[in-house]
Amino acid sequence: MSERGSKSHTIVLLGNPNTGKTTLFNALTGMRLRTGNYPGVTVEKKVGALLGATGIDVLDLPGTYSLAARSPDEMVAVDVLAGRQEGAPVPDAAVVVVDASNLERNLYLVSQVMETGLPVVLALNMSDLAERRSIEVDADVLRQQLGIPVVPLVARSGTGVDELRTEMIAAIGASPPQPGWSWPPEIALAEASLAAAAPDYPAFELRRALLDQGGEAEHRFGNVEALAAAREQAGGPIALQVMEAEVRYGYIGDVVAAAVTRPPTPRVTRTERIDAILTHKVWGTGLLVLVGYFVFMSIFQWAAPVMDFVEATFALVGEQVEAASFLGDGALKSLLVDGVITGVGGVVVFLPQILVLFGFIAVLEDCGYMARAAFLMDRLLRWCGLSGRSFIPLLSSFACAVPGIMATRTIESHRDRLVTILVAPLMTCSARIPIYVILTAAFVPATMVLGFVNLQALVFASLYFLGIVVAVLVAWALRRTKFRGEPTPFLMELPPYKMPSPNIVVQRMLRQATHFLSRAGTLILASSLVIWALAYWPRADLTQSLTPEAPAVSAMTADQLQLQQSFLGRMGRTVEPAFAPMGWDWKVSIAVIASFPAREVVVSTLGVIYGLGEVDEESTALREQIREVTWDHGPRQGEPVLDLAGALALMVFFALCAQCAATLMTIGKETGSWGWPVFTFVYMTTLAYFGAAITAVVARAMLS
Amino acid sequence: MTSSRRLSDLPVGQCAKIAALDGEPGIIQRLLEMGLTPGTEVSVVRLAPLGDPMEVLVRGYNLSIRKDDARHLVLGP
Repeated sequence: MSERGSKSHTIVLLGNPNTGKTTLFNALTGMRLRTGNYPGVTVEKKVGALLGATGIDVLDLPGTYSLAARSPDEMVAVDVLAGRQEGAPVPDAAVVVVDASNLERNLYLVSQVMETGLPVVLALNMSDLAERRSIEVDADVLRQQLGIPVVPLVARSGTGVDELRTEMIAAIGASPPQPGWSWPPEIALAEASLAAAAPDYPAFELRRALLDQGGEAEHRFGNVEALAAAREQAGGPIALQVMEAEVRYGYIGDVVAAAVTRPPTPRVTRTERIDAILTHKVWGTGLLVLVGYFVFMSIFQWAAPVMDFVEATFALVGEQVEAASFLGDGALKSLLVDGVITGVGGVVVFLPQILVLFGFIAVLEDCGYMARAAFLMDRLLRWCGLSGRSFIPLLSSFACAVPGIMATRTIESHRDRLVTILVAPLMTCSARIPIYVILTAAFVPATMVLGFVNLQALVFASLYFLGIVVAVLVAWALRRTKFRGEPTPFLMELPPYKMPSPNIVVQRMLRQATHFLSRAGTLILASSLVIWALAYWPRADLTQSLTPEAPAVSAMTADQLQLQQSFLGRMGRTVEPAFAPMGWDWKVSIAVIASFPAREVVVSTLGVIYGLGEVDEESTALREQIREVTWDHGPRQGEPVLDLAGALALMVFFALCAQCAATLMTIGKETGSWGWPVFTFVYMTTLAYFGAAITAVVARAMLS
Repeated sequence: MTSSRRLSDLPVGQCAKIAALDGEPGIIQRLLEMGLTPGTEVSVVRLAPLGDPMEVLVRGYNLSIRKDDARHLVLGP
């Protein structure tokens, strides 16, 4: 664990959400941080070396209101503090960040951390807000009252950070604080009887096991009968929980009364005036629609020129390598051009969207608007078992599920986050548009329905609608099966508005980008290479002029022939019978399989397989070819492969399928488990298959 | 106790004291941690456009709470 031998120390940083904890972490450690995931949970591990000291690491824990863990994710904080978390060193001390303008609720967590047996330092973040509201906190009185070091600071400007660093270094090896409150006899007796049954159990975790009925500490303790008996003796679980909260808040009330001076008459705050508009029934809703529109357009449209530039650059590099004669014309050149360069391009192309989206998210989150958006949208999203927090991630997924899934980090509830991640790929992303464009243009007549609706536009809109409806149904089903369990309340602080900090915004954008490149990027590249290999081998024998499957080899391009008899082509032929209900031949099957790294690849694959070379969705040649190509074998020989029914089925398939390695890899990395991407792939492919089959059968019946 | 007044029934702009909490321990504990303890004053600031959730002021900060969750909070006279 330690790179510096016995001198290495770790100090844990924790605090409520919206306390400026991230700003403080950055001020303490600079940009040199190491990130990763704790095994088996979705919690991100963030560690940085304390600036101005040697051998001291700061470990940042996710924002939390309490140590009463109700999920494995929340248990990470308790395990880290107890020195039992796999992948985290045993800590020497804890720093709790509190917001001076909201001291009362912030001190609740402090009181719990003071019981863990670690030395505790209080970082009193005097946000400009406390000052503007004329709330004065006397740090010396607070120090005396709590019995722990208290450092007033302004995390944004860096004032007081040096003093905090000094206190942190001093805390290593210091004695733990003596809590200044006492527990009522009921709790003390129950704890004593439990301690007798489990003599060596740590006192803090024993208390959590007793008080958190149904929580993680209870599962960890194991002896549920003993806990139930102890709780009954003390008056029941709820009575105990009320006792804990009353003892802590009672103690905090006294501390705050001594240390905090508030203005005699609270004025109408700036936040209150802003909220009168931003959460107004009409203006607030209108503004939310506008913000949503801007976020969506920014990744859907405004990131497009940069993405085109990335694609063009990689295409240019590919051409240069293609033209390099010293590479020969063998597997190496193909690997470089069609495997590596295309694959890397397929990763880098996501960066503009990720940077833009996280720029927006960081601004919205940091200024406090994100919570208002969730407040406004909650009722609507709850209808399918989600919460208002899912709004921005799902909206972003209409442009691209990769940044959308990464954006679910702003969802505090573990269950809501997972359900959002699992349905996000059903939103119609921009990679689906090329196949929709080419198939509607080729098969759907541009006639008007009811006199004013363009039929092509109607098909397009229906596909978007299909994604939403299926997502709602899947979310609903997930909440009633896998994610049933005890209902969790949706309690969300609406923090005061503040100016977003440019530092935080830029850092968040860069961090998400490097995250994506280092984690999902490598895997996306790997999957591109696999598909390249499947299409490259075995090599076609171009000297052989006739094969039974392809009688007119002379009329074929070399690329076409190669793809047809590659492993990929063979796979296409193998699965052809499975696609019989949709009426797709093996060529369409190849295109479907080859689009696994990214949906939009289906268009260029169709181009190659129909012998047209490099084409895009605007190609009229491909549109004609797609309509005219006929069965080359079997009972329908001579008939066109795709008709309107088959094309609609293909679009429905792409609306519902998980043919996007980037999304699946991102799900794997964000959930910390490979079970979820496998689940996503299986459920979406199943839906896509049956959706397409039903579409084909119904459309054929209605059209004939 | 079902007939008693709940936080979910409190009109916008009004203030009341929490008398008790009832319901599942998992939910109760979350409400308590956020400072919604017996004896605490809460006032309703506004409702979301669709009538739910509600924004309440408690212990000097603003909290969004769904009506379903606010039903667990019994108000005093």
